[in-house]
Amino acid sequence: MAEIRFVRTAMLPPQEPPVSQIGAVRWVRENLFSGWLNGVLTVASAAFVVWLALHVGPWFMNAVWNAGSLAECREILAGTDGACLAVIRDRWPQLLFGFYPSELYWRPTLALLLLFVALAPALFPAVPRQLLWFSAIYPGLAYWLLWGGTLWFPVVALAGFAVGIAVFIALRPVLPLVAPFAGLVAPVFWWLFAVVPVTGLLAAVLPVGITPVRSDSFGGFTLSIIIGVTGIALSLPLGILLALGRKSDLFLVKTICVGFIEFIRGVPLITLLFTASLLLNYFLPPGTNFDIILRVVIMVTLFAAAYMAEVIRGGLAAIPRGQYEAADSLGLDYWKAMRLIVLPQALKISIPGIVNTFIGLFKDTTLVVFIGLLDPIGLSTAIRANTNWNGIYWELFLFIGAMFFVFCFGMSRYSMHLERRLKTDHR
Amino acid sequence: MAEPLHDITVDREIDRSRMRIGSEVAIQIAAMNKWFGTFHVLRDINMTVHRGERIVICGPSGSGKSTLIRCINRLEEHQSGRIVVDGTELTSDLKNIDKVRSEVGMVFQHFNLFPHLTILENCTLAPIWVRKVPRKEAEETAMHFLRKVKIPEQALKYPGQLSGGQQQRVAIARSLCMKPKIMLFDEPTSALDPEMIKEVLDTMIALAEEGMTMLVVTHEMGFARQVANRVIFMDQGQIVEQNEPEPFFSNPQSERTKLFLSQILRGH
Repeated sequence: MAEIRFVRTAMLPPQEPPVSQIGAVRWVRENLFSGWLNGVLTVASAAFVVWLALHVGPWFMNAVWNAGSLAECREILAGTDGACLAVIRDRWPQLLFGFYPSELYWRPTLALLLLFVALAPALFPAVPRQLLWFSAIYPGLAYWLLWGGTLWFPVVALAGFAVGIAVFIALRPVLPLVAPFAGLVAPVFWWLFAVVPVTGLLAAVLPVGITPVRSDSFGGFTLSIIIGVTGIALSLPLGILLALGRKSDLFLVKTICVGFIEFIRGVPLITLLFTASLLLNYFLPPGTNFDIILRVVIMVTLFAAAYMAEVIRGGLAAIPRGQYEAADSLGLDYWKAMRLIVLPQALKISIPGIVNTFIGLFKDTTLVVFIGLLDPIGLSTAIRANTNWNGIYWELFLFIGAMFFVFCFGMSRYSMHLERRLKTDHR
Repeated sequence: MAEPLHDITVDREIDRSRMRIGSEVAIQIAAMNKWFGTFHVLRDINMTVHRGERIVICGPSGSGKSTLIRCINRLEEHQSGRIVVDGTELTSDLKNIDKVRSEVGMVFQHFNLFPHLTILENCTLAPIWVRKVPRKEAEETAMHFLRKVKIPEQALKYPGQLSGGQQQRVAIARSLCMKPKIMLFDEPTSALDPEMIKEVLDTMIALAEEGMTMLVVTHEMGFARQVANRVIFMDQGQIVEQNEPEPFFSNPQSERTKLFLSQILRGH
């Protein structure tokens, strides 16, 4: 009979791995040539990349940057294949700002720069929290910079939030149940009835203002970014409320949310945009000037919020019942449990879907071309309408595509960074 | 589903000097019934718990023992009868429910720690947001209880980095941070490996030694014998037998109890 008794007397220390387990050789072998099929595919792909570079390369290398028209470009190229990027150089301000008055270009530029300042504390925890105050007033500031006019309008409009909070705090000791509702309704009344007269009054007493710019002068990437950023900023909170409403036990709340989501999701965005641009005018009293960009922003926001609600509902469904029970058993009420326990986890799970919706929304802003707003795509048509640049397609579309790609890729990278930062499950 | 048959006893002398049962009533349940849809899951439950009592509730799967203690902090709603916890009756009044919940701690089978928060944040969240305790004070309290459950060094880690036994001890500390008057344990050791069961039971015994009122749903009969002052046996949604541990185990009266004990204590 074989000896089966065994006792280890000394424990083995860990040793260095063999060379085949580390370094570049291993990487190449595992990732590029792990079998004959993968080897062939690697070589074929490399050949394709080289072929593509050889064909597209010269088009870029020969690019003409200095020309006043497509004809001039062709003259310079003299038959060789090359891009006429001069159109970008020539129409650069237009692609960025549309028909915004050229002496005021600094205003949208400053608004964009300040946007990054306002976003920083929300995006990166290392930025001082005090900067969030700037983020809070940024919407008013950006509105004032972009549209101009009296400074009092955004100030009075922002004051609506202060009115709401003041009403809430004043009523809370007296009527605790009515206070939150009154706090929500008060600013709406403020915006509907008080903003215009109060603004007029303040502007008469102390006129502070800059040149107003009308909405029909807006265009290009300025327009895309205005619609995109506002839509993104508003659709997330609205989507969260809709998702919570859809999961609510309250029949009426649930029905309204489900109805809203299903209706908005079931209708193409372009229909909503046409509604915004044409049909709304029939319903509004004659002579009402309801800003077209505002109308579009509202429609885009509602559209994205419906999608957002479903993405977040998916995240909510992934939170185990035990989390709700633990929150309940500690005495947290519904809103605290949602804000502190459920939503942080649900939103974290939903990040890819949320960013997906953001990117979709940003690209969908190009649809406003159909209701006569000059987004970058609309501008490219406008540029071609000029005899100088009649017939130029590739260069403009490539440039517009590249600009959109930069924004969307940025959002995508940030979302991946965020997912890594918030990863606490250590699976 | 087969229930675990552990009977781990604790190998130290239990300090009974502070285990006093007061005359004050902590929980009063009268003629309480509950249905899940058409299924009558709790039938005519009558039960009085005095301050300082340590009650173990046992019974086969589906006997309603978890549902019973979940009714005490309204994680489940009862349909008839009365439940009065610490003088507050549980009705649909949300204020009463929140009041009871902040006085009653609960420990779950699957710990239910908040995975996105550190251990310390898990422990300070409810005191800060429900009790409005200043952050610094809440953190001091949390560290005090984390020391008590013997894992202060894990305070800045996330739940996912801890073992099951450690997570359950954090869950106990998290409940204690709310300074509850009553603690409910819903099968606190059923999801744990044997070596981790002991560390959790040790923590629970330490809690009992301080005079905490405890209701424990468990299959740990060793714990019941050593710590409980009363054992309740449930079957088919009813309280079938209750007694002090010694006579309960040595001389069960009901046939159902005898059958259950013979199954769970097999081999001892």
